[in-house]
Amino acid sequence: MSNQDKPIDFEKERRKIKSVKKMKDIMTHYYIDAKTAGETGKKVAWITSGGPVEPLIAMDVIPVYPENHGAMIGASKMGVDLCEKAEGMGYSGDLCTYALADIACSPVDGGPIGGLPKPDMLVCCNNICGTVLKWYEVQARYYDVPLFILDTPFCHTEFSAEAQQYVRRQLDEYLVFLETACGRTCDRDRLQEVGRLSMAGQRLWQAVLDTTVNKPAPMSAFDAFFHLALIVTLRGTQTVIDYYTELLAEMQTRVAEGISAVPDEQHRLLWDNLPIWYRTKWLSEKFASHKACLVADTYTSAWCGSLQYMNEDDFLGSMAEGYSRIYLNIGTDQMAAMVLGMIDKYAAEGLVMHSNRSCKPYSLGQYDIARIVQEQRGLPTLIIEANMTDARSFSESQVETRIDAFMEMLKA
Amino acid sequence: MDVMQPFYDICADPKAYARRWKARTGGKVVGTLCSYAPEELILAAGALGFRLVGGSGAISKADAHLQAYSCSLVRGALEDALSHRLDFLDGTIFPHTCDSIQRLSDIWRMNAHTGFHLDVVLPVKLNTASARDYMTAVMRKARSGLENMLEKAISDDDLRQAADTYNRIRATMKRLYAIRRERPGAIAGRDMHAIARAAMVMDRHDFLADLTRVVDQVADTETAARGDAKRIFLSGGVCNLPDVYGFIEAAGGAVVGDDLCTGSRQLMGAIDLKDDPIDAISRRYSERAVCPAKHTGVRTRGEELVRMAKEANAQGVIFLYLKFCDPHAFDYPYLKDTLAAEGIPTLLMELEEQTASDGQFQTRCEAFMEML
Ligand code: SF4
Ligand code: SF4
Repeated sequence: MSNQDKPIDFEKERRKIKSVKKMKDIMTHYYIDAKTAGETGKKVAWITSGGPVEPLIAMDVIPVYPENHGAMIGASKMGVDLCEKAEGMGYSGDLCTYALADIACSPVDGGPIGGLPKPDMLVCCNNICGTVLKWYEVQARYYDVPLFILDTPFCHTEFSAEAQQYVRRQLDEYLVFLETACGRTCDRDRLQEVGRLSMAGQRLWQAVLDTTVNKPAPMSAFDAFFHLALIVTLRGTQTVIDYYTELLAEMQTRVAEGISAVPDEQHRLLWDNLPIWYRTKWLSEKFASHKACLVADTYTSAWCGSLQYMNEDDFLGSMAEGYSRIYLNIGTDQMAAMVLGMIDKYAAEGLVMHSNRSCKPYSLGQYDIARIVQEQRGLPTLIIEANMTDARSFSESQVETRIDAFMEMLKA
Repeated sequence: MDVMQPFYDICADPKAYARRWKARTGGKVVGTLCSYAPEELILAAGALGFRLVGGSGAISKADAHLQAYSCSLVRGALEDALSHRLDFLDGTIFPHTCDSIQRLSDIWRMNAHTGFHLDVVLPVKLNTASARDYMTAVMRKARSGLENMLEKAISDDDLRQAADTYNRIRATMKRLYAIRRERPGAIAGRDMHAIARAAMVMDRHDFLADLTRVVDQVADTETAARGDAKRIFLSGGVCNLPDVYGFIEAAGGAVVGDDLCTGSRQLMGAIDLKDDPIDAISRRYSERAVCPAKHTGVRTRGEELVRMAKEANAQGVIFLYLKFCDPHAFDYPYLKDTLAAEGIPTLLMELEEQTASDGQFQTRCEAFMEML
């Protein structure tokens, strides 16, 4: 039977998320804008995924996210080649592979979009890890551009008064840095407005993620990995709000019509850590074959997790706390409490952890979280050893066997 | 050398030393995880600072908490804690440094039973006014934290005296470094290692007395300078491997300086005794040679390393890194290139705690010396 004669699988078509195309268009436009910034006279700032982007938006600076680029590199299976290049430059292969891929990309304009647009400045917030500090130091030397570091003290057990003061002062320094780099002042009213849009975007993103409390879930964590890009890259713009409003409506319709992400959903699981970008499709199909849906994850929810600390009426003032108390910048026991909260909220029956050699702040502590989930909810954990960008450490047969065994146990 | 005996005794079993010290003085022992732990505060409280630089046995219990891709330092330290080998500790101080120690602190707090737990969340950036103010605020908080946990008031005078002791230790170490630089071989590498190791564990007053004795003796002894030896500078993190020095010397090298976290980085930099003691102590931690997990500028580490290597007239630099140590691994290509631009060749040795003795290191060392 030739391809043309293959009957259309209506069930599969119905299941496809229609907003995907629009999302792809938005991201394409965003990258075209960024790559043509030189012609339009706009400045480009590279910024870490957890960094405060709102002041950039308010200053009409185009934010570019090497981590989002890293995810694209991973998803397009170009990670191995770039990581090998970085090793050739002298970097240890044990380092964060987003950093390795990005560093190796710069001199060759490699990767799926022919390299990122060159930065005019770098903005590094260490609320996700200490790795970004080292990575941005490398790039600050390479591109010879100014680097701003927003230092958000780690909240092992508290966000202290002195940390609050320190971060707050740095936010003022950040604005001065931007004003110097752009040669004009930052309009505080505009910043306040961008802050309002940012928070509205985050609330919508949370609402989208929350649609998976429904049984069956209208989308899975794998869909969230894809739709996440906007809240990361364009937070603070109307585009995000419009898009997530549409996506939310689509999810609500799916719920009403009983359209599920996974056909005949029988099992609900929670995912922890970054995606394994070069294997998302395979993993998603693998779990689906067991009628299991990954209904939520700790990763995509990190971009709306600190909304509770933000204040719409005093955005700049509340940014210090909001940007410090994010998922990766808090103690392992607090992370465990959040995982338990998600397990309850989304009615998950098990936890799937990606033990990610590439990301120590996310991965060290996972064993304790797994233990706490076992003790407090009696739920089992599957641990998958991998790395988000570099496929070399991924053993498909081993992972497959472990998933099968885990699912058999869950079904029993 | 007889005067060296106390240091070797401690190196042979630092934990036994701490237990004896405790029994003898009735004092308290505080574990520390890196060279940014404010040791002056511990000393001012009359306690013994005990630096944890890795484990003393095979890893088994720690494997339930830490993945195999964490460095041997954090795995080893946790293993010791969980195996009750650190039962003599009254508490532990975790300064904020790398991602691995950051998570180790959480895991330790949740699982280890080693007395009180004090996170000293230092700034990562050290070169701005707001960061320095924050550093001082954190130090003040660490002081009152320690006062509570050790149930002992720490007066400004206590602090000044402790700072003075550390100043003397650091000045004496500086003298020793200077002698070694001028007369390579005047003190054997393994002796230097034993001293640096003991500096992290021994009663600091006793250490100062014994150290002074050694340095006086080394200064007075006419050793034939090993003029033919290749002058080697060591750069890197934690070096808990006495063998390294033996290999370098056997291969025809002599260590003439280092920027190790367990070497000069912990032992250099003076505290200004005229100032408010907390301000002065904070300033020393902000201004001393920076660890790669902290930031003082995008080129400061390279410039500093070149300056130190040149000052020591080094012919070559050997990088000693622990496997899975991110901050050092990120700096390596840049530091290597910066040194190369100055005509200083380098060798990278990535170590797992137990693997230095496998012959590989020796072979590579020999090849490196020949090339110089
Ligand atoms: S993957 Fe982990 S280590 Fe890498 S940039 Fe993200 S948080 Fe940092
Ligand atoms: S060796 Fe490196 S990774 Fe390990 S604790 Fe020290 S700085 Fe951190």
